[in-house]
Amino acid sequence: MDFAGKTAIVTGGSRGIGKAIALKLAQLGANIAVNYTSKPEEAEKVVTAIKEMGRDAIAIKADVSNGEDVQQLIDEVERHFPTIDILVNNAGITRDTLLMRMKEEDWDQVIAINLKGTYNCTKAVTRKMMKQKSGKIVNIASIVGVMGNIGQSNYAASKAGIIGFTKSVAKELATRGINVNAVAPGFIQTDMTEVLSEEVKESLMTHIPMKQLGTPDDVANVVAFLCSENARYITGQVLNVDGGMVM
Amino acid sequence: MVFDKVVEIIAEQLGLDSTEDITPQTSLMKDLEADSLDAVEIIMALEDEFGVEIPDEEAEKFKNIGDIASYIEENK
Repeated sequence: MDFAGKTAIVTGGSRGIGKAIALKLAQLGANIAVNYTSKPEEAEKVVTAIKEMGRDAIAIKADVSNGEDVQQLIDEVERHFPTIDILVNNAGITRDTLLMRMKEEDWDQVIAINLKGTYNCTKAVTRKMMKQKSGKIVNIASIVGVMGNIGQSNYAASKAGIIGFTKSVAKELATRGINVNAVAPGFIQTDMTEVLSEEVKESLMTHIPMKQLGTPDDVANVVAFLCSENARYITGQVLNVDGGMVM
Repeated sequence: MVFDKVVEIIAEQLGLDSTEDITPQTSLMKDLEADSLDAVEIIMALEDEFGVEIPDEEAEKFKNIGDIASYIEENK
């Protein structure tokens, strides 16, 4: 896989899975726009690591749930890089609680960032990719969007929404050389899963045939594959990276 | 003239070599084999060029390039 000279935007690229994706694509040759919202110092660390590999990188703050922010993000990427070849919609949050106790804002925030954010960013790059007649879009869904999870009805709905969005946009853009796929991670070691209690982690293990959590790199490798020409004939798919949880 | 500019933009979007055969009666989809995405791209390019908004429900009524040019003429 060779991404030399390609430009990739990774939303939520300063931490966790997004960081692993940004570093992986850079390692394979791509220049990276690292989007973040809250931690500039973390984003700058990723940028520095990418520059040390000899690639170009910039950190751009943008709230993906805000259409204007996203337009500014894309404008800045266009000023800095000649093309936009890859978009990874990774930015996501959780606001876990049982439905009975879920506040409207818990629902709205998760849908706004995870689902609307994916819409905003995808829409913003589509015209350019259509003109280029090429592009790779990978949306980070979740296994929870496929199978549901107690305490995550908002998150699961946003991720299931991403899957439906992925398939629809894949169909719309298929004739333009743009591949749109989703990756559905299972339980991956990140800040997001760090907060789970030992008890929850224990019970998770009983559902993971491989009996181990995944790593951000496990996800990043699959994203890189989907962004490569090796996956040229794959679009509208959801690849589960979950140690066998869902089959 | 609006019509000429419209033809120029359509040719650019569709990558046409020659615009000689294009008349106001030419249909984007039937004659120039544009698909629905091409049509959307053309409409968006025309909106940018002329600073008009062409709502979907208006765009759906266009039968040929002459209709597009007339709409822009009347609304710009």
